[in-house]
Amino acid sequence: MLNFLVRRILTMLATALVLTFMVFWLTNLPPNLEKLAKSEGNARMTDAEVTSWLERNGHAQPLLKRYGEWLGVAPGWTSERGGVVSGRCIPRGASPGDSARFCGVLQGYWGQSTVFKAPVSEIIATRLSLTGILMFWVMVLMVPSALLIGVLAGMREGSKLDRVLSTASIATTATPEYVSGVILIAVFSSSMVGLKWFKGTATSAMEGISFENFFLPVLTIALYGMGYIARMTRASMSEVMTAQYIRTARLKGASFGRVVMRHALRNALIAPFTVIMLQFPWLLNGVVIVETLFNFKGFGWTLVQAAGNNDIQLLLGCSVVAVAVVLVTQAISDLGYVLLNPRIRVP
Amino acid sequence: MAELGWPAIFLRLALQFWPVWLALLVVFAVSLRTRRRSGLYGRLFDSPLGMVGFGLVMFWVFTALCADLLLMFDPLGQIAQMKNKVPGTITPDGAVYLLGGDNLGRDVFSRMVMGARRVLAIAPAATVFAFMVGVTLGLPAGYRGGRLDAGLSFIANLVLAFPVILLFYLLVTPEIRATGLPAALAAVLFLFPVLFFTLLWNSRFFTRPAKRNLYVGLTLALGLWAWSGLAFNADPLGVWSMQPNMLNVFVSVVFVNAPTVFRIVRSLVMDIKTRDYVAAAQTRGEGPWYIMLWEILPNARGPLIVDFCLRIGYTTILLGTLGFFGLGVSPESPDWGSTINAGRRLLTIAPHPAIVPALALLSLVLGLNLLADALREQSLKD
Repeated sequence: MLNFLVRRILTMLATALVLTFMVFWLTNLPPNLEKLAKSEGNARMTDAEVTSWLERNGHAQPLLKRYGEWLGVAPGWTSERGGVVSGRCIPRGASPGDSARFCGVLQGYWGQSTVFKAPVSEIIATRLSLTGILMFWVMVLMVPSALLIGVLAGMREGSKLDRVLSTASIATTATPEYVSGVILIAVFSSSMVGLKWFKGTATSAMEGISFENFFLPVLTIALYGMGYIARMTRASMSEVMTAQYIRTARLKGASFGRVVMRHALRNALIAPFTVIMLQFPWLLNGVVIVETLFNFKGFGWTLVQAAGNNDIQLLLGCSVVAVAVVLVTQAISDLGYVLLNPRIRVP
Repeated sequence: MAELGWPAIFLRLALQFWPVWLALLVVFAVSLRTRRRSGLYGRLFDSPLGMVGFGLVMFWVFTALCADLLLMFDPLGQIAQMKNKVPGTITPDGAVYLLGGDNLGRDVFSRMVMGARRVLAIAPAATVFAFMVGVTLGLPAGYRGGRLDAGLSFIANLVLAFPVILLFYLLVTPEIRATGLPAALAAVLFLFPVLFFTLLWNSRFFTRPAKRNLYVGLTLALGLWAWSGLAFNADPLGVWSMQPNMLNVFVSVVFVNAPTVFRIVRSLVMDIKTRDYVAAAQTRGEGPWYIMLWEILPNARGPLIVDFCLRIGYTTILLGTLGFFGLGVSPESPDWGSTINAGRRLLTIAPHPAIVPALALLSLVLGLNLLADALREQSLKD
């Protein structure tokens, strides 16, 4: 088991390093840096001025060195101009002697956002907490209803209830967030249909959540993931229901409800657990779409703003969070599967 | 301005789609007649949901094919008086905007029809390429195992751990085209179909050099010709070419899909390679590529066909996502994702420009998913 854990963690770290390096490379391509120089310095810079600006701000170093600096394993760059020493780790106005040599993600310095004019770590913390609330409610809505649908459909395979629920789950997996969101807004909040039950934006939900302003975004994300989890639960439930011990329980005279609740349910929920954990990366996608559609200024919205405005440091920060979420949930799902399933023994 | 009522709109829409109905009628009549003889495809018509799915998919396929017959207006033409008009509004010169006008006064119906052509031109092709890459790499990874498998699986997991939206934002930007990265990626990814078919013919016919040389030669000539045109836009005859925008989108969609196909193929191969017929082929002394391509792959076709249907739907969703964020396509483009994106700003006042493409996308993906589900069910009956 220990061997398995160590290997899993090492692979995870290697993946994280390669992925962040790829993002770093893609965000720091020469055209992006040129755009950064022009937006930070002045839009009518000549090519020579751009080059000197990049050199002054440490962007002209080799890629690996810059990545090391950003990560915090290489000393930050310094440059001297007119007797004033500036550098990556030297805040404006501070003396070079007092500043640390290393400053990067590992030291907790995530850089400065050029769009929001604030430290990246601060922005990500506040935005992530907003998205956390959204995710919490999505989970509260999605997981129980998906499991319920799956169990109801799977307990009598081929029944009318199964057909209806399975078709409904296929329909929700065929409806991406930008489609269901648009339809839900049009039906429940447009003046054309006239129901006006909910609000079409979730901007006000950032101050106070109410059913009116938060239900539609939560429902939109939950719907897309729900069908998939429900189908997995159904498959696993219908497989369990054909097992020998279920027949034994039935022959013993246990009622159908009792067999489902006591005997089948626990074994049927192993597979969906993995699926739910693996849904997190997809939820991230949904979060970006829904936050853009409903104008809810959380993590996904921030990612879009950062990517759209060439805010390199913020985009890097966002990708660190996104990659971490994906890798951690993958690890938990692997581990949980091993722990939950007695048939799998790790040597 | 005068307007038509909803019954009149639906009647006119139904009439407008006459070439599609005709084609559907022919296809269904022929398929139902021959269904006992046409294998898995025929058995599709035994399940009602499968027929619905097949019908929905074919509806959009025929719409894309006869788009020129169905169009009522130029999808890019604007009529100033028709901005955000409700469905059924009559234009100044007497024609009808059946599904209303968008925020620039363009016909929503014609844009939807043209959008079908855009989506169905890219999604299946991108899925085919993703399958070529996934199959060509997944077969040896599953069959050989060992270090090759470990390395390829690590790369596949790497791409899978990348949040899709982030990847799109990084890969599908105008700046990145200047660096030549999409072209390089395209050069690698587009080489796989050529490689696949070369291996396919060579492993089968290497004992008959004349036939082998003909097939491999044809594949190489055609493939490399198309490859030079598609990846580098350097086709000397100018037949094969792809707009840089399109190439960017295409490459990133293939790139996102290929690792999943790789994983599916790999696990299928690991299961199938323990069968007796594989052992028999090994005893006969067949080469590894012959066993992989001519013994294992045909026996893995069931799950792969099902996944192919699902994956076209998923690719359609991905293309819509790209359009929704305005990535990689021109703002004029009638594809469904961009139209939804353009329409969502006025959603509470005039929802129809966004609703129409949204329903179109929904019905196509739903059709593909129902089709895949029916195929899975029917193939399990064997």
